[in-house]
Amino acid sequence: MAEEMKMRATMQGDAVDVKVLIQHIMETGLRKDPKTGKMIPAHFINQVSATLNGKMVLDMQWGVGISRNPFVGFRVKGAKVGDKVAVHAVDNLGTVFDGEVVVA
Amino acid sequence: MDQVRRNFLKSMGAVMAVCAAGLLKSGSVFAATWNTQAFTSKDTADAMKLAGYGGAAESKDIVIKVPDIAENGAVVPVEVTSNIPGTTSIAIFVDKNPSPMIADIGFMNGAEPFIATRVKMASTSIVRASVKAGGKVYTASREVKVTIGGCGG
Repeated sequence: MAEEMKMRATMQGDAVDVKVLIQHIMETGLRKDPKTGKMIPAHFINQVSATLNGKMVLDMQWGVGISRNPFVGFRVKGAKVGDKVAVHAVDNLGTVFDGEVVVA
Repeated sequence: MDQVRRNFLKSMGAVMAVCAAGLLKSGSVFAATWNTQAFTSKDTADAMKLAGYGGAAESKDIVIKVPDIAENGAVVPVEVTSNIPGTTSIAIFVDKNPSPMIADIGFMNGAEPFIATRVKMASTSIVRASVKAGGKVYTASREVKVTIGGCGG
């Protein structure tokens, strides 16, 4: 599952700036399949958490309004080069996405 | 469907194995459970109340960075910074979306009250950011004009 998540973490002053890009369709459940005429079921990441060296720093709930191939950027104070940032995401069908990066 | 079910069972198995190893308490992977009612509400004020942001006071200390005009409503960059001391969470809403609540973000253990993401906007709308800080709730908003709507339908 690691290929679906791209992460970058770089120090900016005394905080680490983290950028995450997850490959995901983020289907809203509001679109109709033009071929079948049926509604395409919702399929979207709804929970994401981030940790710094194993300690939770971010706890997010997402709705269908987050864009396809979701991007999220956040910052954590007190990080340093070599620290580990991990992101754990789950979608509404239960698929799990995990990624981690070392702070540069 | 089978592959999704296999992934689900695999991931549940992995979570259970980690729980059994005592590395995390079951249920503590996320601090909060998904707020179905707030995320499916069709009205911003109602969603705000359901997510605990009801009765928010307008604040100039919430900075929302959005384009004045979004060329593509499917991908609108939104950055929110809260300069309110003691901020513990930020929520984002797009008033004119079928389900206005976009995200609810909790910050802890040194995370700065800042979030950057990209959202879908169905049409020109107010984008609202609400903040929980020190037991109180605050809010700010910006209008974003959308030329091509972004919900795909």
